[in-house]
Amino acid sequence: MKAWLPALLRLAVLALLVIFVTSPGWFEPLLKPLTENGAPAIYNQGSLLALTLQHLRTVLVATVAATIVAVALAILVTRPAGAEFLPLSRSLVNIGQTFPPVAVLALAVPAVGFGEKPTLIALFLYGLLPIFENALTALTTLPGNVMEAASGAGMTGWQRLMKVELPLSAPVILGGIRLSVVISLATATIGSTVAAKTLGEVIIAGLISNNLAFVLQGGLIVAALAVLIYDGLSAIERYAARRMGQGAE
Amino acid sequence: MIIRLDKLGVVIAAIVAYAALAAPFATFRANRIVPGQARSIIEALPPILGTLLLAIVIAGAVIALLRTTLILRLAASIIVLVALAILIGVAGGFLTPAGNTFARVSPASGFWLLIFAFTLLLADMLTRLNLSPWARVGVLVLAALAIAALLVSGSWDSLSILKEYASRADSFWAEASKHFSLALGSLAGAVIVGMPLGILCHRVDKLRAGVLNVLNIIQTIPSIALFGLLIAPLGWVALHVPGAAAIGIRGIGTAPAFVALFLYSLLPVVANTVVGLAGVPRAANDAARGMGMTDRQRLFDVEFPLAFPVILTGIRIVLVQNIGLATIAALIGGGGFGVFVFQGVGQTAMDLVLLGALPTVALAFAAAIILDAVIEMTASKRRVVETA
Repeated sequence: MKAWLPALLRLAVLALLVIFVTSPGWFEPLLKPLTENGAPAIYNQGSLLALTLQHLRTVLVATVAATIVAVALAILVTRPAGAEFLPLSRSLVNIGQTFPPVAVLALAVPAVGFGEKPTLIALFLYGLLPIFENALTALTTLPGNVMEAASGAGMTGWQRLMKVELPLSAPVILGGIRLSVVISLATATIGSTVAAKTLGEVIIAGLISNNLAFVLQGGLIVAALAVLIYDGLSAIERYAARRMGQGAE
Repeated sequence: MIIRLDKLGVVIAAIVAYAALAAPFATFRANRIVPGQARSIIEALPPILGTLLLAIVIAGAVIALLRTTLILRLAASIIVLVALAILIGVAGGFLTPAGNTFARVSPASGFWLLIFAFTLLLADMLTRLNLSPWARVGVLVLAALAIAALLVSGSWDSLSILKEYASRADSFWAEASKHFSLALGSLAGAVIVGMPLGILCHRVDKLRAGVLNVLNIIQTIPSIALFGLLIAPLGWVALHVPGAAAIGIRGIGTAPAFVALFLYSLLPVVANTVVGLAGVPRAANDAARGMGMTDRQRLFDVEFPLAFPVILTGIRIVLVQNIGLATIAALIGGGGFGVFVFQGVGQTAMDLVLLGALPTVALAFAAAIILDAVIEMTASKRRVVETA
């Protein structure tokens, strides 16, 4: 009975989330006590569903772009031709991760103006780091005997990369993508301070008008999304690790 | 003779060529919020200094491009960075019309790209030098002293970011100390609660998975959402628990920010304590038991010192993360450097954003370097103990 309890819980959270963003009106009586002076209990300056989808789209676009660039860079610096960049790229990732996401977001504004763009740039730049770091770790710590076997089997560099190195690195790279997505979900929320259409808008509107109901519903939707997506990606990661014969957990 | 090019040098030279010749070096604005006009290096500086800076930058790029010695590259990157730092201040004074207090001069994309390119060269050299922990902290202190000297000497006073600072010097330091106390206070709280919790999780198997799962879920919740979610319960506490409001617990402000940062900090501290204790060699524990040590002695004299570097790694993660996250506290009235960032975003005054963002980045960066050095020192001490 313990095994299916977490799954059931997640399913319930997902169902609640879907019902809430599609027909938030049903929950009005629940949130009403949190408002003052007859303020609206459900966000009324845009549809919650549209904001949720927009939020997810922003994160998806940035993560896909970051994944492609980060994995390509990691492959580049682990080839003999790019080896010169390896030590530097390691320290750059270390330095980059000390930059707070908010700073990256705010500093992107003067370059590209307000709206969706600075958010996408901040998400992309900040999302690069964990993926690149994990891809680098995975590609530089592959078991030596496997690599020798691949060379011995007459594989070219390209074949070895596509058929041996990348599949073996997949679980660790996926771990980086998961971290990157969680950070992006949070950063996208702050993106609404620079006028990006994301769920942060609901929270900020609540903070400005002192409406706890807005703050709570925005916070709960973002939190539920983050936890569900994190869980989903962890499950995919475990599946990939099992397929590679590494996941002994 | 074949000239061999340095691969990183090619990248640096390309950035420098664009930044020095095509991108604007400084931006001039008639007042703090109107769009700016771009000025190139030659336009932004008196003719002699402009030509000198171009020559220095190009010489630096050539040194980076060719396969030169480590010392030469190191010297080149430092000289160019110092020249850029001094001359951007000169550009500020040169571009501001005499007696005009509304005009703003700020570094533009070309300047930042040049700084980036030569910092890249410097970082590559420092990475290759493989400095000892003490030497790295030394380099950090030198860089901090150099920046402090430039700030105190007033050579940057004509730049817009320092004009923003000048008009709010008092609140800058007040927010700085709030930022500090938020980041460090929540870390201290997390260490005091997290380490015993980690030890407990290490000893009691049943507790471990549950506690770590809950902390993991908290870590996943985006900061602004967590800040928001804490407003309601803390507001309730302030209203209904006698004395709570008197010690500063309120729905908005510092209290929810502090609690949220504390909650975020718990996972790295607890998880690393568990991992560190689990990594203590069995032989060490057996030997301690054989010597007749009590559980308590074993914990403090054997397990804890051996697990310390791993626990420190958790503390480093927390500190860097908290310094960044504390900026968001400004959104719920918690103060900190975020106040300037969000005010600046609201007023489209980018210099104000920089006034909040640059100290945050510098703090996080310094914290990372110092703690990395400390971790390396304790870890190497531990290795000495193990081999002895």
